[in-house]
Amino acid sequence: MTWHATLYIALVLALVLGAAFPLGTWLARVFDGTADFLAPVERGIYRLCGIDPNEKMGWRGYALALLALSVVHFLLLYAILRLQYWLPFNPEHIPGMPPGLAFNTAASFTTNTNWQAYTPESQISDGAQMFGLTVHMFISAAAGIAVAAALMRAFAAGRIAVLGNLYVDIVRITLYVLLPISLVAAVLLLAGGVPMTLAGFAHVHTLTGGTQTIARGPVALQEAIKELGTNGGGFFNANSAHPFENPNAWTNLLEIWLILVIGFALPIAFGRMVGRARDGVALFAAMAVILAVAMFGGYAAEAANNPVLVHAGLAAAPGNMVGKEVRFGIVQSTSFNVAATATSCGAVNSFLDSYTPLGGLVSLFLMQLGEVAPGGVGSGFAGMILFALLAVFVAGLMVGRTPEYLGKKIESREIKLAMLAVLIQTLFILLGAGASLLTKSGLGSLASGGPHGLSEMLYGWTSATENNGSAFAGLAANTALLNYGLGFAMLAGRFAVLIPVLAIGGSLAAKPVLPRSAGSFPTDGLLFVSLLIGVVVVLGGLQFMPADTLGPLAEQTLMHAGKLF
Amino acid sequence: MRAMRPAVSLVILFTLALGLVLPALVTGFAQLAFPFSANGSLIARHGQPIGSARIGQAITGPGWFVPRPSALTGTAPDGRSIATPYDAAQSGASNLAPTSTALAAHVAARIAAWHATYGAGPVPDDAVTSSGSGLDPDISLANALRQAPVVAAARHLPPDTVIALVRRLAARPWLGLIGTAHVNVLRLDIALARAAAR
Repeated sequence: MTWHATLYIALVLALVLGAAFPLGTWLARVFDGTADFLAPVERGIYRLCGIDPNEKMGWRGYALALLALSVVHFLLLYAILRLQYWLPFNPEHIPGMPPGLAFNTAASFTTNTNWQAYTPESQISDGAQMFGLTVHMFISAAAGIAVAAALMRAFAAGRIAVLGNLYVDIVRITLYVLLPISLVAAVLLLAGGVPMTLAGFAHVHTLTGGTQTIARGPVALQEAIKELGTNGGGFFNANSAHPFENPNAWTNLLEIWLILVIGFALPIAFGRMVGRARDGVALFAAMAVILAVAMFGGYAAEAANNPVLVHAGLAAAPGNMVGKEVRFGIVQSTSFNVAATATSCGAVNSFLDSYTPLGGLVSLFLMQLGEVAPGGVGSGFAGMILFALLAVFVAGLMVGRTPEYLGKKIESREIKLAMLAVLIQTLFILLGAGASLLTKSGLGSLASGGPHGLSEMLYGWTSATENNGSAFAGLAANTALLNYGLGFAMLAGRFAVLIPVLAIGGSLAAKPVLPRSAGSFPTDGLLFVSLLIGVVVVLGGLQFMPADTLGPLAEQTLMHAGKLF
Repeated sequence: MRAMRPAVSLVILFTLALGLVLPALVTGFAQLAFPFSANGSLIARHGQPIGSARIGQAITGPGWFVPRPSALTGTAPDGRSIATPYDAAQSGASNLAPTSTALAAHVAARIAAWHATYGAGPVPDDAVTSSGSGLDPDISLANALRQAPVVAAARHLPPDTVIALVRRLAARPWLGLIGTAHVNVLRLDIALARAAAR
């Protein structure tokens, strides 16, 4: 651990955590309706779309609206991808996507996953990037935050039957949060060297007399919302390792900040909404501790030399540079990838398949924890609330009291729904990866032998189910098995979590807020933060230990024994 | 069906506003305010674009500074997979596992080739490992300084001239924190050609 790496990680954390407080305060004002300087624009949108802003939805109405919006958007994206050859802004004459790949991609972008089984440079047009993918990045991010807002309202008041209006929430979150921050970020990225052109690929005669075709396109705007909305879908195949997506160390730092900032602002907004700021800070602190441990751990793993390459003759390497860019080095690479897998972003600025086994495990494990440190925009907050409910439940069991959280009694229904959300993800990850490896097609997708092959498949199913989108990219994912299998895993991982979350919201909203008493378990102190981290690690992580042992941990041991595949 | 009206309208509105109008506005702004970046940082030599300042090129020695290995591959006319280093119409990494025999073999072969060209001594790790993008425009400062004497000899330039060139073009981390010590290979080679022509 060099002093420079330690300081860099500290700087990243300080920039993100510091900004989360003012942004969280602003988010609370967006959620409760007091931010309204764009009210005329809002009214215009509501009139145009036939939305009644005064109609409030119960949890079922909110969930149905979320599903309706997702279905419409899924179908539109599927059509755009299939028909992109005939649509405008296709300077490279890219053909329409085949059905399986289009299904997988539409599922991927509807669910905020941004898993990419396609190769962007040759398989998606500038037009589909803009009016297909970029639009989804805004809407799926806004939808995730909207669900978090609905959940916050369930705690904020007693005996209410409604959680808000999904459409109004999505419009307001887009107008007041995503759009302004994305625009500022897009300008900064442009200043840093990210292109924004509709002129198609550039063709040049190189310095030494060859020719080079250079892929470019309308990158800057998509890059901004890709990170801010924890979407993660790269404009290019190399994602944020591509010099046009992430040209230098400053854009890299900006992108890390964008990935993390809303996730950390949400618990702060929550504290404001429920009028118990310290409880919001407690959730925030648990997220921050897990992220900090992962950032230092991820760096330490990659700063260690790969003994296999040392044996091949690489003497005094400062770390594992395979699949990493020189302008980022080690710590600025690992910090980015940890940020992107601690959230549902899944962007990468260096390639995880070539990370050391432990370095890859950090990202894999962060996803398996359920992406709650701080997690995807909205979905991460919702996941942390599920763990908070389970934590007070565990504490309640220990002392034999009915558990309560923020004055709401937590009963059997809420705990069952929370466990359902946790277990559905486990089911898809472990059964999906296991079953795939029993098929010829699944084995054929692996790029590596030995335990690393298992890691590739396990990572793929984890990433899809957790709506992350990063990959051990050697895995050949554009097959019927994985296009459809992972496509359904993404849909399940999104909706089989968000809908139980809304159901919990509905059930909690109807309950009265009990006054704090001497017997209430304090949920704003160090004890609760420790308990919460413990529950996240034990409940979220332990179920994957056997699989992770056979994959990355076995590989780490074999690597040091010099065993190659 | 009436319940679907807001969902359908909102998706259409967002598609038009965020998918067409907004990118058009940002593109227009970018072309006015940041024309160099917006068009891919293309640099010209004798009036012709010769590449992007941000994208590496498949430059080979001995009279040039050479970039890192690139893992990009393409398909030959006869269907075989062939190496197409720095083919910027695509991007990507080798994705070889840390315990891959292929990775160990590639690195060992590159180390042997390095020693043959640049002599004995420790090998800069970025010189024998392929990057994430396959288009990495930079090499580490240490790598460039190791290449400099060999490049200078091939060009019949004093080594100190070439080393000074490397040091002048090198980027260094801000406060030792943000960034790394590296050199952009294309810019360095352009400057080298200019120095050699003098």
